[in-house]
Amino acid sequence: MSNQMVKGNTAVVIGAMYAGCDCFFGYPITPASEILHEASKYFPMVGRNFVQAESEEASINMVYGASGTGHRVMTSSSGPGISLMQEGFTFLAGAELPAVIVDIMRAGPGLGNIGPEQGDYNQVVKGGGHGNYKNIVLAPNSVQEMCDLTMKAFELADKWRNPVVVLADGTLGQMAEPLVFPEKAIEPKNDKPWAVKGNAETMGNLITSIYNDFNDLEDFNFKLQEKYAKIEAEEVIYDEYQVDDADIVLVSFGISSRIARSAVDKSREKGLKVGLLRPITLSPFPVDRVKELADKGVSFISVEMSNGQLLADVQFAALRKDDTHLVNRMGGNLIELKHILAKIYEIAGIDDEDIDLSERSEEKASPNIID
Amino acid sequence: MSDNKNKDYELQVRRNPQSLLEEYPRKGTNIQSTHYCAGCGHGILHKLIAECMDELGIQERCVMISPVGCSVYAYFYFNCGNFQTAHGRAPAVATGISRAEDNAIVMSYQGDGDLASIGLNETLQAANRGEKIAVFFVNNTVYGMTGGQMAPTTLIGEKTVTCQTGRDPDYAGHPTHMCELINTLKAPVYIERVSLANPLKIRLAKYAIKQALTVQKEGKGYSFVEVLSPCPTNLKQDVASAQKFIEEQMEKEFPVKNFRNNLYTKEPVKRPASDFSTESLDKIFNVNRGEGTGYVDDEMEPVSIKVSGFGGQGVLSAGLTIAQAACAEGKHVSWYPSYGPEQRGGKSNCSVVISNETIGTPVVDDIDILIALNKPSLEQFSQDVKEGGVILYDAKIGEFETNRDVKVIAMPCVDIAEEHGNARTANTALLGALTELGDVLKRESYENAIREMFASKPKVIDVNIEVLEAGAEWIKNNS
Repeated sequence: MSNQMVKGNTAVVIGAMYAGCDCFFGYPITPASEILHEASKYFPMVGRNFVQAESEEASINMVYGASGTGHRVMTSSSGPGISLMQEGFTFLAGAELPAVIVDIMRAGPGLGNIGPEQGDYNQVVKGGGHGNYKNIVLAPNSVQEMCDLTMKAFELADKWRNPVVVLADGTLGQMAEPLVFPEKAIEPKNDKPWAVKGNAETMGNLITSIYNDFNDLEDFNFKLQEKYAKIEAEEVIYDEYQVDDADIVLVSFGISSRIARSAVDKSREKGLKVGLLRPITLSPFPVDRVKELADKGVSFISVEMSNGQLLADVQFAALRKDDTHLVNRMGGNLIELKHILAKIYEIAGIDDEDIDLSERSEEKASPNIID
Repeated sequence: MSDNKNKDYELQVRRNPQSLLEEYPRKGTNIQSTHYCAGCGHGILHKLIAECMDELGIQERCVMISPVGCSVYAYFYFNCGNFQTAHGRAPAVATGISRAEDNAIVMSYQGDGDLASIGLNETLQAANRGEKIAVFFVNNTVYGMTGGQMAPTTLIGEKTVTCQTGRDPDYAGHPTHMCELINTLKAPVYIERVSLANPLKIRLAKYAIKQALTVQKEGKGYSFVEVLSPCPTNLKQDVASAQKFIEEQMEKEFPVKNFRNNLYTKEPVKRPASDFSTESLDKIFNVNRGEGTGYVDDEMEPVSIKVSGFGGQGVLSAGLTIAQAACAEGKHVSWYPSYGPEQRGGKSNCSVVISNETIGTPVVDDIDILIALNKPSLEQFSQDVKEGGVILYDAKIGEFETNRDVKVIAMPCVDIAEEHGNARTANTALLGALTELGDVLKRESYENAIREMFASKPKVIDVNIEVLEAGAEWIKNNS
């Protein structure tokens, strides 16, 4: 087999390059730096553009400029850097420019630490900049998806002229799994009619987010909302595992969904009807599916590495707060299987004396590889 | 002179250059007047730049960046590709445009607040990288559009709405000299400060602008032109006092001169064309399309392996070798590195899960096979080994006993490695033993994995393969 063992961060660069990404702009930050390292190595090998920017503000604005020329472009960072980029996000959304931004989340707030977390959820899913805009957000949970969803991100960005974020975390970036390479590379045509390329055909074009007339700006805002509504209608992707007959449905994305999947297997061994709903698009969120399950009367457990940010969306979609539960870890700690199992058993009303929640695992998933 | 000729001259003077629009439809209303105040320098500078674009025949290649400030609407006027950007970020945006479209002539038109305050970092960094962009810096010592606040270039004693008794250097610092700052950098090709104080100086300004754009036309790198410009509205001056202010005060603080002109000596910066072919990508990523991809679904029980020891003992690479071997056989496999609470020199371990189906958690809590290279990790993880599982550890750790149903093997892996002249291969000896414990993976797959892992250090491939075999032999004779 020609599958290759690849780390998640490298898979992002592979996906981007097979998707025809022409420019990479980035600034170092743990645990996303490996994406920058790999991009600096591979982009120039095929004559593509790599710039190490002076800051995340500069990276996202380089993305703005290059995207305005119609080329496929990207950047990557982690929480603190993504915070700095918010100005760029809203300008991209306002100018309707396609762009791919990869967020390898670390633990916050502030400098926090470099362990994995999912605390950027609200910032990224709700749109952390000013104005009435939304990002499209994709959440991979394997090395294969780090590659495939990065490719998908470029497709969606172009289709909707909107920033698309690939939201992953330090663990997914560091772990290695077999990667089945993309079947073929995409050769972008760059036939975008709105682009400004510095040639006769595109001289009349303007990239801007300014609408001086209040009514014009209001109309533009309504137009954006129509676009988001279409995205919600057409682009929702989720994955289900043993949900059909489930009484308890875990909702989880990214690395925590992998652990949740194991929790489903363990619970099923005990005869409990537990399933996993994994949103792959966090924005648009699989609202309708959550509502369907809510109407069937399932119990929800949000399994997340944040303070209930995902739970709030589950409750909103389910139109209820009762019988929705939270299992979470923060601060750089991975969710442990036993925490999920304990909550499932509690809801199912069974005792398991083997589960000891008094100790926290001392193991750290860390991007500082010393071997 | 005939009337016709007079009209021709009049038209020549009054009509806009081709690179400026005759009417300003993007402005929306009152389409023939600009939005600039009477006596403002922007209109003059716009016209000079546009005339140079015409004369150099570069209009179609030009992309103008409108900043935040009074020239936020430069795109109303320039008849070329246009961008509008965030406050201070124009040089970063210009970098993005220029890198993506090598043939584009990118102009960044910025005021003093935008360029020298909020965007100072972007300004200096783009200059230092020698980006192929022309920067036109309008210095009028004051924020215009936002309402006359103090700028980085405000003169000492000059009054603005945020320094109402005059700029005091003890509290607000001194005027920023951008040409002088940029002149400390090696990369810029052309740096000049000009003035719009009178018609003669305006003609000289045009010469500098043309030089700066010629640098772009020829693809040579970064050019910077600072333009001392009147702002009668915010400085509450009439035309005469604005001119006087520039000549008698600004030019004293900001000397009008050429700082650098390497137009005739600098070679063009050439950038390669992007290659998007599958073949080239397959080559750089070593993709072999002939072998087939995907997974082999042979029946197997999932195996969870933990490799643990001190950082520096090759724990992570041993785990990766196992994962590599499993991957080559078309198995599902995950490799997940983890650390103890100490970040450096402490415990290090990795989890490897091998299965014939999709793997849930990559974190191994219940261990089938534990490989331990030091005592703390042996003691810690041995408790997590399942009934019927295996503990394989470095015999140098000493005696280890357990009353659980677990197979415990102390292996002299360091001795075996030293016998082959490379103590660093002890972890490979343990992998050799693994090849004989159960029939999860083929020995050949491990050998191939070693070849791949050490592809960049071919000298150690042979010794590792020898040690792998020796480890396998040892376990056959000792279990």
